[in-house]
Amino acid sequence: MIKALNISKSFGENKVLKDITVKFEKGKTNLIIGQSGSGKTVLMKCLVGLYEVDEGHIYFDERDFSAMTFKERKKIRQEIGMLFQGGALFDSLNVEENIKFPLTMFTNQSLEEKIERVNFCLKWVNLENANKLYPAELSGGMTKRVAIARAISLNPEYLFCDEPNSGLDPHTSGVIDDLISKLTEEFQITTIVNTHDMNSVIKIGDTISFIYEGQLWWEGDKTQILDTDNKELNEFVFDTELTKRLKKSKIY
Amino acid sequence: MLSRFGKYILLMIQVIRKPEKGSVYRKQLIMEIQSLGIESLGIVAIISLFMGAVVAIQTSYNIDNPLIPVSTIGFTVRQSVILEFAPTIISLILAGKVGSRIASEIGTMRVTEQIDALEIMGVNPANYLIFPKVTAAMIINPVLIILSMYFGMIGGWLVAVFTDLYTVNDYVYGIRAWFDGYIIFYALIKTVIFAYLITSISGFEGFIVKGGAVEVGAASTRAVVWSSIMIILFNLILTQLLLS
Repeated sequence: MIKALNISKSFGENKVLKDITVKFEKGKTNLIIGQSGSGKTVLMKCLVGLYEVDEGHIYFDERDFSAMTFKERKKIRQEIGMLFQGGALFDSLNVEENIKFPLTMFTNQSLEEKIERVNFCLKWVNLENANKLYPAELSGGMTKRVAIARAISLNPEYLFCDEPNSGLDPHTSGVIDDLISKLTEEFQITTIVNTHDMNSVIKIGDTISFIYEGQLWWEGDKTQILDTDNKELNEFVFDTELTKRLKKSKIY
Repeated sequence: MLSRFGKYILLMIQVIRKPEKGSVYRKQLIMEIQSLGIESLGIVAIISLFMGAVVAIQTSYNIDNPLIPVSTIGFTVRQSVILEFAPTIISLILAGKVGSRIASEIGTMRVTEQIDALEIMGVNPANYLIFPKVTAAMIINPVLIILSMYFGMIGGWLVAVFTDLYTVNDYVYGIRAWFDGYIIFYALIKTVIFAYLITSISGFEGFIVKGGAVEVGAASTRAVVWSSIMIILFNLILTQLLLS
C-alpha cells in the first residue's frame, strides 16, 4: 500500500499540488485521473521520488519514503516498476537486454537465470521471440508491452504506469489495460495508473482519484464514477461527444 | 552562470561515486573507449598527417637565411606538433566530434525519460552514463594524441619524400635534435585534462536538457562551445604552470 499524506509541491510561484492525502491499495489498480495540467503527473513523479515534495509524507507500506536518504531509497526503488508514457526503453539495447538490465544491475543471477526470467516476462506480455528486436523496430503497443516486461522483471511490489494508453488504438489500449489489471491481481502489486482514458477508467479502475487544480477532488471506483454528482468530475468524464450521448441516452 | 557552475559541481559529485556494479562499468568503459576513442582514430590520423605536412612546407618556405639549418624544419614540426597541435588542436576537434555526440546522446535519453527510468530503478544515472565516458576519454585520448604526434611528423616526412624542399636526412635530424622528453609529459597532462573537460561538460549539458529535439540540439552546441572555451582557457593555465 502507498499513502501520501498532506503532500504539496510548487514550482516557483506555481503551486501544483495542494495538500493531497490519498491512499493506493495493494492488489488493486488505483487510477489517478484529471485533465492535462491538473497535477496528476507531478503527483506520480512525487510518489516515485523524481520530484521532492515540499510538504507532507509518502509511505510505502509504512516506510516513510520522503524522509529517507538516497541510499535507503535505493532499496525501495528496486521494489518499484514503472511504465513510462513513451516506454523509455534504452535505445542502444535490444528487448532482451532492456528487460535483463535491472536483473544485471541488482541481482547476482547467472546468465541462464536472467534469460529464463526475461523469457518469462516476455511470455507474460505475449511477446515471445521478440528478444533480439531493438526499440526502433517495435510498434507503439509492443513498446509498452516490453516496458511492462522490464517493469516486472524484478518482481516489483509497486507498479506505476504513466498514461499507458497514450498514442495507442482502442484495441491495443484494451490489451495493455488487461495486462496491467492481470498483473496487479496475480502478483498482488500496488498499481498506480495515471490516465485520462475513460475506457481504462471504466474497465480497470478499482479505485479512482480525481485530481482537479492540484487538489484531490473526488475518490471512488469505476461504478461510482458514472453516477457522481460532482460537477467538475462530470465535466471531465462526459466531455467527449460519445460520452455525452451515452449519458443522454442512459446507455451506460 | 554561477548557478550552472554549481549544478555542474553537484552533478560531478554524483558522477564520481562508486559504480553500482563493477562488471557493468567495465563493459561500459570498453564500449566507450571504442566509440569515443577508436572511432576517432581516422579523423585524428588524417588531420595530423596533413597538418604536419603543412607545417613542414610553411617552415621551409619561410627559411630564407642560409645561416638557419634545414634541419630546423624537422625541429619546428616536432615542437609544433607535440607542444600544441596534437594536444590542443586535436582536443578541440574531439570536442566537436565527441562532445556533440555525448551531449545529444544523453540529452535524448533525458527527453525520452530513459534517465528517469534509470533513476526509478535505483541506478545513479549520472554515474552510469557519464563516468564511463569521462574515464574512457581520459584513457584513450592520450593514445590518440601520441598517434597524432606520430602522424604529424610522418606528414612532414612525406613532404621530404615527395618534394625537393628538403631532404629526408635533414628532416629526421631536425626531428631528433635537442629533444626534451618533458614536452611529451606536458602534452599528455594537457590531453588528460582536456579529455575530462570535453566529456564532463558535454555530459552535463546533455544531462540537464529539458524539452525536446530543439533543446537537445542547443545542448549539443553549448557542449561544443563550452568545451572549446575551457580547452583554450586551461591550455593557457597549464602552459603557464608546466612550462614557465
